[in-house]
Amino acid sequence: MKQWRNFTKGFIKDNPVFILLLGLCPALGVTTSAFNGFGMGLATTFVLLGSNTVVSIIKNVIPNKVRIPSFIVIIASFVTIVQLTMEAYMPELFDALGLFIPLIVVNCLVMGRAEAFGSKNNIGSSIVDAMGMGLGFTLALTMLGGVREILGAYSIFGIQLIPGVTDGMLVFVLAPGAFIGMGYLIILFNYLKKKTA
Amino acid sequence: MEYFAIVIGAIFVNNIVLAQFLGICPYMGVSAKVSTSVGMSGAVLFVMTLATIVTFLIYNYVLVPFNITYLQTISYILVISSLVQMVEIILKKVSPELYQALGIFLPLITTNCAIMGVALLTVQNEFNLMQGVVFAISHAAGFALAIILFAGIREHLDLMDLPKAMRGAPAALIVAGILALAFMGFAGLV
Repeated sequence: MKQWRNFTKGFIKDNPVFILLLGLCPALGVTTSAFNGFGMGLATTFVLLGSNTVVSIIKNVIPNKVRIPSFIVIIASFVTIVQLTMEAYMPELFDALGLFIPLIVVNCLVMGRAEAFGSKNNIGSSIVDAMGMGLGFTLALTMLGGVREILGAYSIFGIQLIPGVTDGMLVFVLAPGAFIGMGYLIILFNYLKKKTA
Repeated sequence: MEYFAIVIGAIFVNNIVLAQFLGICPYMGVSAKVSTSVGMSGAVLFVMTLATIVTFLIYNYVLVPFNITYLQTISYILVISSLVQMVEIILKKVSPELYQALGIFLPLITTNCAIMGVALLTVQNEFNLMQGVVFAISHAAGFALAIILFAGIREHLDLMDLPKAMRGAPAALIVAGILALAFMGFAGLV
């Protein structure tokens, strides 16, 4: 029961993007379509899972004073793994996400979980926490990407909603739409949080 | 002319915050007052320029000759975070006034993806050192422009009678969206 709550807290109550406002740069930058948001979310989840696990395994070995640099090295290694794997097997997604793949390394969500959770809890809880937070992040990015894709291109995951109509409200695919869509989704999540609390 | 294109492109057309979505965390976090946003802009200008120079040298004189460019991400983040620490220590000794002014903003900069983003973009665009420096300074200027404008608006926003659900982050994001819309007017300038 406790683990289940630990797992689901990232979905609405502590949603990393909409409630905690962490990792906003990739959330705004890559969500031009639902699929890009989904891909970015999974890449971040992988890094989060890897770093949180490793941090919780070696938390007793790292001297307290150098823990932040050590976390950075661990995170950066996992980011490099994701970067090289994606470039090899998913070159299209890699090109679409571009700069934001190496920038997972400075995503405050990943660092924040390593510092706030992985370094204080056992391996099991850390894995559950990383999965929950990562999926919450993926959910957020997919939602924002979905909203922008539906309004901006009248499609979702590349499937046209209205046959023959492809030019939607372009502004939602461009930069301003990201900010505005995000603003309204935060309002929605604040409402959901209040309702479920 | 080439430098002119870099400057205008970085400040207006591809504004680092409003068009490229880098450095959103400090942009949302420290933009509540104009004075703090000026401090943050100063710190960003300082660190971004230094970081771009150092990472440029490391990329071209260490990573490329030894054929280990896949270590780019790891080496950049380590260099940037130690650079920030070093700048903090040196500033404390050499210029206490500047340290006072930038003080609390410096540690925050390590997690500012704008710094790392510009360092990576400099390599991606295959700039030489001088172009890289101009590129970094103008991106920092673009950041300053965006955050100071935004802080000015937010100071007024606090006094507005907004619906409860919109107060704080949502209203700020929507304002940022409108600012981004305004900056889109510069598209195609260079």
